[in-house]
Amino acid sequence: MSAAPALFQPRLAQRRLLGACFHGLCLLITLVGVFVLFLLLALVFRIGWKYLTWALLTNEPSFLNPAEGGIRIALIGSVLLVLVAAVVAVPVGVGAAVYLEEYARKTRLNQLIQLNIANLAGVPSIVYGMLGLAIFVRWLRFDRSVLSGGLTLAILIVPVVIIASREALAAVPNSIRHAALALGATRWQMIRHHVLPAALPGILTGVILSVSRAIGEAAPLIVIGAAAFIMPGGGVDTASLFGWARWLREALLAAGFTALPIQIFDWSMETDPEFQDLAGSAIIVLLGTLLSMNALAVGIRAWQQGGKTR
Amino acid sequence: MSAGAALRESAVPQRTTLAPGQTPDADVVEPIVRVDQLTIRYGDFEAIKRVCLDIPPRRVTAIIGPSGCGKSSLLRAMNRMNDFVPGVRVEGAVIFNGQNVYAAECDPVELRRRVGMVFQRPNPFPKSIFRNVAWAAQMNGYRGDINELVEQSLRRAALWDEVKDKLSLSALALSGGQQQRLCIARAIALQPEVLLMDEPCSALDPIATARIEDLIDQLKSQYTVVLVTHNMQQAARVSDRTAFMYMGELVEVDQTNLIFTRPGNPRTQDYITGRFG
Repeated sequence: MSAAPALFQPRLAQRRLLGACFHGLCLLITLVGVFVLFLLLALVFRIGWKYLTWALLTNEPSFLNPAEGGIRIALIGSVLLVLVAAVVAVPVGVGAAVYLEEYARKTRLNQLIQLNIANLAGVPSIVYGMLGLAIFVRWLRFDRSVLSGGLTLAILIVPVVIIASREALAAVPNSIRHAALALGATRWQMIRHHVLPAALPGILTGVILSVSRAIGEAAPLIVIGAAAFIMPGGGVDTASLFGWARWLREALLAAGFTALPIQIFDWSMETDPEFQDLAGSAIIVLLGTLLSMNALAVGIRAWQQGGKTR
Repeated sequence: MSAGAALRESAVPQRTTLAPGQTPDADVVEPIVRVDQLTIRYGDFEAIKRVCLDIPPRRVTAIIGPSGCGKSSLLRAMNRMNDFVPGVRVEGAVIFNGQNVYAAECDPVELRRRVGMVFQRPNPFPKSIFRNVAWAAQMNGYRGDINELVEQSLRRAALWDEVKDKLSLSALALSGGQQQRLCIARAIALQPEVLLMDEPCSALDPIATARIEDLIDQLKSQYTVVLVTHNMQQAARVSDRTAFMYMGELVEVDQTNLIFTRPGNPRTQDYITGRFG
């Protein structure tokens, strides 16, 4: 028997070594990525720790005395921008996703539309800024207002909302759709009562992630020309409900606003290094906001998966 | 009882002559569903070829045949669930209560309320047991007492005693066999005239299968059941009539005991004796 040539030549040691090498390489690359991220965070905290006080959140911005500079106006501007963006982008995005996933037949035109939506999600944000400038600021004469900025951000995130919502809808098993239809439900009843509720956690996750992207965008807002440090709706008396309505109108339509990323950009351009520390503090606030929004998205996903096993 | 029974009694089809190629069958006097020269194509593939079949009321009709013979396609033509398959084309007619379900004036939504369906895999909604049974009735404008309807439907599906204390629990917490009986309860809550069952036991263990078979036997006192199965023993156990399909054609249809003891066609003989399929 031993004289017969072996049919297999396992070379186990060599194969195992190769496997171990690849394992180690992947681990190393992962660690490099995590290390760089932590380095960045550590640097930001070292710089920004000094001005990270309650006053930072409540003070108006200052370009004279960094100790008095705050991000109150930028924070309110960011919140208003994101609200406008979400109010516009969520219905449009979810509606488009429902059409594409539940109603559209697989025609060539629809495939073209879907391909283009995927492409739109990859278009640089500054291009959306140009679009916003042309359409909202110039053509529709919304001026350099929160409304223009919010609508621009809405266009920016609509493709992301569509893609995330479509994925969530596609993950709903067809057996649920067939069950509803076979029970004499209309397509709308099926979508309203079974498909949308089942897809809701996934849609919410996508919405939160896209909104957190909108919060961090500076480029399109700079193109639009938002660089004034005017309190949104400043000077409007908000004593009554009517006053609040006027405040909202003023805040949305007044020319000139600012947002967190723009404030950070402006301070980091100052020559006085103290202002760069201030920018660091604002970055921590922005990062904290983004992180908590992403944590919320992760939480929703976990809750959804927990619900499935129930 | 009320509406469903009234509709069933009015179910007298106009035609009594047999379509060409159909086995003469004295058992069927007034079919509730008549499949007439039905051809179904998926793209270029002919899944069903000029099939004629009469479904007698308040009987269990089994459709047997090897995988891909078109038995599921035939079943899904009866409540137009085939409509959702891209590229499907249908020729011929399915006459239900004297009306062609493929005619323009037939509303498939209303048809599916009257011709219920139970699927191969239990597919309860990820909602409470109560909502599973009540939902479709409410969507279809049920005007009676919904609690009563849920109880009655669950009783008829032989599930009430097991779930009566946990109606608000998620249907997904039930076992596979219970889920399938819930799906049956959900279907009969709409008081359908015909109940289509597409291999309802193929995802279940033998004990759960036995319970569903018992249930089918009880259901035929009130409902017309059409059962697709790849399990010949099951067809022999629960059905009154059996149709054998092969390669998209209806080879033979007759009383079940005749099909299994004295099949008229050699291909039927080969299939039921296990020579192929």
